[in-house]
This record gives sequence, structure tokens and C-alpha cells, in this order.
Amino acid sequence: MSAEDQSAPREPSGHQQSVVVHDRGAAIEQSDAFENPGLPPHRPRQTDLHPHKERRAERQVVGWFLLSMLGSVLAIVAYIAVPIELGNMASVRANNLFLGLSIALALLGIGIGAMHWARQLMSSHEVVEERHLTRGSEPSRARAVEIFQLGDEESGFSRRSLIRNTLIGAIALVPLPAVVLFRDLAPAQDAVEAIAHTMWRPGMRLALDPSGALIRAADVTQGSAFHVIPEPLAEIGHNEGYLDQKALAAVLLVRVPPERLNEVPGREGWSYDGIVAYSKICTHVGCPVALYEQQTHHLLCPCHQSTFDVSNHAKVVFGPAKRPLPQLPITVDDEGYLVAQRDFTEPIGASFFERLQHVDPEHVPLSAAETENRA
Amino acid sequence: MTTTAPRSSFTAQASNYLDERTSISTMVSALGRKVFPDHWSFMLGEIILYSFVAILLTGTFLTFFFEPSMTAIEYDGSYVPLKGVEMSAAYASTLDLSFDIRGGLLMRQVHHWSALLFVAAIGLHMLRVFFTGAFRKPREINWVVGFILFILALAEGFTGYSLPDDLLSGNGLAIINGMVKGIPVVGTWISYLLFGGIFPGDDIVPRLFVLHIMLLPALVIAFIGVHLVLMVVNKHTQFAAPGKTNDNVVGAPIMPLFAAKAGSFFFIVFGFLVAIGSTFTILPVWDFGPYDPSPVSAGTQPDWYIGFADGALRLAPGWESEIFGLTLSWNILLPIAVLGGFIVLVMFYPFIEGWITKDQREHHIAERPRNNPTRTAIGAAGIWFYAVLWAAASSDLIATHFHLNVFQVTWALQAALILGTVIVYWITKRTAIALQKKDREILLHGYESGNIRRLPGGEYVEVHEQLDDYQSWKLKAYESYAPVMVRPNANGRITPATHLRSAMSRWFFEDRIEPITRSEIEASKHHH
Repeated sequence: MSAEDQSAPREPSGHQQSVVVHDRGAAIEQSDAFENPGLPPHRPRQTDLHPHKERRAERQVVGWFLLSMLGSVLAIVAYIAVPIELGNMASVRANNLFLGLSIALALLGIGIGAMHWARQLMSSHEVVEERHLTRGSEPSRARAVEIFQLGDEESGFSRRSLIRNTLIGAIALVPLPAVVLFRDLAPAQDAVEAIAHTMWRPGMRLALDPSGALIRAADVTQGSAFHVIPEPLAEIGHNEGYLDQKALAAVLLVRVPPERLNEVPGREGWSYDGIVAYSKICTHVGCPVALYEQQTHHLLCPCHQSTFDVSNHAKVVFGPAKRPLPQLPITVDDEGYLVAQRDFTEPIGASFFERLQHVDPEHVPLSAAETENRA
Repeated sequence: MTTTAPRSSFTAQASNYLDERTSISTMVSALGRKVFPDHWSFMLGEIILYSFVAILLTGTFLTFFFEPSMTAIEYDGSYVPLKGVEMSAAYASTLDLSFDIRGGLLMRQVHHWSALLFVAAIGLHMLRVFFTGAFRKPREINWVVGFILFILALAEGFTGYSLPDDLLSGNGLAIINGMVKGIPVVGTWISYLLFGGIFPGDDIVPRLFVLHIMLLPALVIAFIGVHLVLMVVNKHTQFAAPGKTNDNVVGAPIMPLFAAKAGSFFFIVFGFLVAIGSTFTILPVWDFGPYDPSPVSAGTQPDWYIGFADGALRLAPGWESEIFGLTLSWNILLPIAVLGGFIVLVMFYPFIEGWITKDQREHHIAERPRNNPTRTAIGAAGIWFYAVLWAAASSDLIATHFHLNVFQVTWALQAALILGTVIVYWITKRTAIALQKKDREILLHGYESGNIRRLPGGEYVEVHEQLDDYQSWKLKAYESYAPVMVRPNANGRITPATHLRSAMSRWFFEDRIEPITRSEIEASKHHH
């Protein structure tokens, strides 16, 4: 066939690499194998055989390019003629649609037209190019070795070992200042201290998230779940750490019928009249555990399906979380508002390496049996 | 001394001007007629490149309007439902560029769709290379370069997804924060430094922005450069076909055919992405509201390519241990280890297979997957493993859509992850071997022509017809490997590595169908 030979040697002849034979390893040698029958005869296309079909393909290519031009013009027209009226979502949608489709036409016109040209009108004869081993030619490999040897000799890199070794040492140390520089990515405060406690303090009132309205015990009806923040949080500005504090202090408040509420010894005083408060931050990786199912008193984390039983100190009944949600001890103040007795007795949220160092001595852990009992 | 043709055209003069200053004719003569083989699956890599160009173009437009700041402001833009809401400048500027800027929403959507296509095409391209053995010598290093690009693409995707600072992206970051904290010894501090204090802080968006638009794209461009240079040096693989051997490349020359096809394909990919961006909504961040650590809606989903990591978290057992007053979160470490192990295995697979075969020759023929049954089965098992983790990221949606119990869905997926991987491996291996047997059958006895004849005795037979030499070459042209025996080395010792290699080569090559030989065909002819 008219396959053109592309094997023009890049290296001067005489540098052939055919001497290199690589081990075939575990490959089976086939003495009796078939031989490649070689390129099949070229099959002409319709456009090669019929001039009128060739002319038609040419017209089609031109047609696509003209459509592309039309698309470009339409895009500019759409930009001006379909403006966005502020606040009008329909106009946003229309602008997006007409501008987008026009640009798509402009691009696809070029793409389809040129593809048609390539497939129907450009030469379809296959070209054969020889491969060579990827490795460099023997002379260039020898020259490379020689260059490194020269470099070594001329610099004395191997000979002057003290120079070399101190250089390696210096280069090994030089990134260290860069590592230290990253310390101030975060404030000076200790990382573990920063997440060990929340802003809940004794007597702090519970407030609705996000309105900040206070909550009386009587307001908490059975079956409803209240999303709660500390009262002072509502006063903190968004630029003064509002979200940071909320990510620690967010609480879910639920009233469980007294006959359904199991309380372990030591935690009886942590609830008020069947009302219990738990950290809303999952002990798995810290998503908000926001889905409450009132029939079963289960709290479900929508991220990874960890499920906690509110009537049993929020112990884990399913999912990848290990620990129960930390309980916020609550009571009511003189005016009947729900208040925290104190901060959580253990760090909230996802487990971290140093977590146990910050479990309060007054923390009442659930026994292994109570936490391990899975549905 | 230079010689130029007298009275040359403008093009000739310009070319001469350029060549005398750049020596560009050397490059044109070396590469201008370089040959690229043609196969639809070779276009997958091109889609990656072209969608990346679309990402760069649309992303640059977005940076002109996006404000990477977590400073809180009261929204006073044109999207009425969020008027008066406290939100970060990042979220507000995302709303503004979507609703106030003509073409802004289009560019955002094309950017996101391009990113999704980018990652999807990388996945398919990797599968093509894996299943055809195109990672074998001399392309092992380019496989690793490509794999690093895959990881970079995931990092680009995740950092980009996090920038608008909406409820979903913030939740994604909350999960990252929790995972980082689960790392022993340094986790708490890494999280603290990453977020510039406690989560969410007000530093993460500008930091991710710098990674997303500067560091990561620079790395992606650099690695794409290396990837393409190595592809040119190694030349492209081709499927075995008449005239196509291990020692040549048959296909279209760059000038003009390949350049025309590749160039037009860029416009088709880009045009397709713009068409999708103008007709299909992607990630309507205005529906979710600004980030707040308290609310979250049911059915939250990460972008699909992060799904496998989220799914791994969902399927992990709830284990933690407390040793010497320190907490080890196995429910986080185990999925990280499984994903890390999976990634390392994929990344180093070419070296593992190369060690088993010890085949030092260069391989330029893309294998048909059936002709390497064990590798194909490993690949299929890997796909299954990945797919189950991916499906697990939607375990809650599977439960709600099909009215199932989410606990049972999780248990079923856990079982599918482990048992299914083994079953898929086995089925694929047997299927590949069966297909090889079918190829052999066709070579020996011809293919079923569909032509039924009635013999004089009343018997019906189907006429089998033989393939011609061109048609049958595809079925004959492959190589097979035999298991290696345990043999003592030069010191007369049998090392554990020798035993391991022998065992692995038995696992790979014990069940095999060797390519058909002339004598077998001859024998079958005489038999008839």
C-alpha cells in the first residue's frame, strides 16, 4: 500500500539497537505461531469513489462552519437581547439557556464540521511508523555514562566525601524552617485545649437555634426535637466566632416519656422531667445529628447513618460511631427556663487522639454493656 | 550561510523567519508525521485533556467574580429567598456571579460539568489502560504519572466543591475535619492548622482557593506535560490487527489527519459541555443556604467521585479503642487504610505484574482483556469493590427510594463488598477463559453462518464458515505465560521471594488458554 515509511532514523545509521535482546520471562515461546498477514488492502470511501458525494461532503463541512458562525453571532445577540433582570429568576434561566446553546452551537459547528472534513475528505491511507526500543542508542548511553563520570571527576563529588556529605546534610536541613513556618497557620492556643470545651457554663439558659428564644420546660412537648444553642451565642456576631462556637455547643433537646427513659446511676439528675439534652455533633466524624424519629426516640446522623437511642443516654444502636452523644446536664432556673448545669463532661464531636485527657472527673461513663448493646 | 528560495510566499517567509530564530523545522520534521493509532477507546484520554482545557477557561472566568473570603456579610443580592441572611462573602459572591452576571451561571455550570467529565474520563481511561495491559514495559512510569493525575483530579474536585461555602460543602469539610482528627498523634493538630483554629474558622475557604486555582492546577499541568511527553516517547499502543505489530505503529499522521480529528474533537467535547451547562442544573447552591454547623438535610450526597471514600466511612464498623489514655478511632483509620491500600495496589500494579512475569521486553500491543483472564478478573473485582463503596455513599437514598431498612441496606452492602468482590473475580476469570475457548472454537471449526442445510438423510446441520486470514488474526495474536517453577538461585537457596513469585505466577497463569498454532489448525482440518 502507499504506507509511507516513517522509520527515518533519528540517530546516524550504525547506531542500531538491534543487539539488545530482552528476557521474555515467563512468556511462552511459540515456535509454531501464525504470522501477521500484513495490512489489508485499503478500502476506499464513498467520497473517494463518487465525486458528487465528495462535493456533498464538502458542502456539509461548509454548512457546519457557517452554523458555527451563526452560533457566535447568536451568542452576542443573546447576551444583549436576553439580559438578566435583577431578582427575576426566569430571566437568569433564559440568559443561561440562550447564551449557552448559542455558544454550544458555535463550538459544535467547528468540531463536527472539522471532524466530517477529516473523516470524509482527508486521506484515509494508514501510515506505518517503525518503533524503536525506548532506551537511548548505545553511543548515547555510553556518552551519558561518560558525562556523569566527567562530572564526578571534574567536581570531585565522590573523591571529596566531606564536601559531599556536608552538602547532603545541609540540603536535608534546609526545609526544616519551612515546616516551622506553618505553625502560625493556627492561633497560639493549644489545639487540644481549643476543642476540649464548649461555651456552656452553669446556669446558662438554653435558647432556640437560631432565633435565640428562651425555652421553658413546659414548652418542650413530647415527640418534638428542639435545636438549641446557648443563650449568649445568639448575641455573638458572625465575624466574632459565631459558627465556631456553634459547632461545639449545638444541642438537641428532646422530651422522652418517663416510662421510656432509662437513666444510669449518677446521671439521674442530668435530665429535667424527662427532658434530655445531647450534643448535636456526631461522635463519628462530626456531622450534625439532626434527624429525630419520635416513635423510637432514635437520632439519626444523615451523613453516615450512625443511630443513637435518646431514651438510653444516646447510646449507639447502629452505624460507624462508637461513643454515645455527650449529654448536657440540664435543669430549670427560678423563672422556669431550661438552663445548663455545667459544660459537657467530655469533649464533643469526633474522637481525637488526646480526647481522654479532657474527660471531666465528674463524667459518668456508660458501662461497656450499655454502649455495646447494638440493635 | 543560509539559502532561501527566491520570491517566496508570505507563509514561506514567515516560516523561515520563525525557523531561523527557533529551529522549529526540527520539531516539525520529527513530529509532524508521527503516527497515532485509531480506536474509540484511545479517545478517552483526549476527553480528559479537552475537559481540562474547558475547566481552565471557565475557571479563570469564575475567579474574576468569586471572592474567596469567609468574612460574614448580610446578603443583599438579587436572590430573594436569602435576603438578609448572614453568610460568608464566598457564598454571597457565588450567588452574585450566578444571578447577576450574564453568563456567570453558565460558566459555573460548565465548570462543574467539565470537572465531573474530567474525573469520569480519567476513570475510564485508567480502566482502558489497565484492561489492555497498556501499562506494561515501557509504560509503567507513565501509569504512575497518570495515577498521580487521578489523585490530583480528586483533590481539585474536592477543593472546588468546598469553595462556595454552602451547607453541603461545609458539611463535607466537617467530615474531613472529623477524619483528620481521627489520625493518631498528629490529627488534632493537622485539623487545627488546616482550619486556622477550631472548625470551621474563617481561613479554610481562602486556603483551599489558593490550592484550587494555583498549586493543584500547576501540578496537574506539569504532570499532564510529563504524561504526554512520555506518550510521545513511548508511542501509543495499538490493538493487534493485520499489519499492526509490536514493532510498528499504524494509524493517522499528526499532519493533517490526527491533528484535524483531535482538534475537532476538542470543539465537540467543549461544545457538548456548554450544551449540558446551558440545559442541566448542577449543584444549585442557593437551595442549600450558607454553611451553618447545626442544620443538615437528609440525603446529603458528595460529588460522585468522592462517594467511594464516604461509602467506606459508612460501611466501617464502629470500633474505637482506648489504650494508655489515648484514643484510636478504627472507625476512621480502617476505611482510610482500606482506601490507601486500594490506591497503592492500583498505583503499583504494573510493577507487581512485571515482577511475576519478569518479562523484560517492550509491549506495544494492547491486549484483549479476555487474553489475560487473571488481570481482567482482578480489574473487574476492583471495579466491583469501588462500585460498592460508591453505592454505599447513597445507602440512605437507596433505602428511601426502595422502601428498605437503612440498617439492612448497610449490612447487605458490607456483605457485597467482601463476598461480591470474590464472586466477581471468579465469574470474570471464568468468562474470560470461556471467551478464549470460543475464539479457539471459531478458529478450529469456523463460525456459525446461520445457514441451515438439510442433508439427504433428513438431518439438519448448520454450515460453519472459516474466517479469512485478516479476520482471524485478531483471535490468534496474543501471548501467553506459564507459571514459573521454584528454582534455587545462584547460591543454591530458594528464597521466600522465589516461593511467592512462583505461587503468584501459578495464581495468574495456571488456568490459561494458549494461542492457537498452525499444527493445531492443520490437525483439525485433517480431522474433518
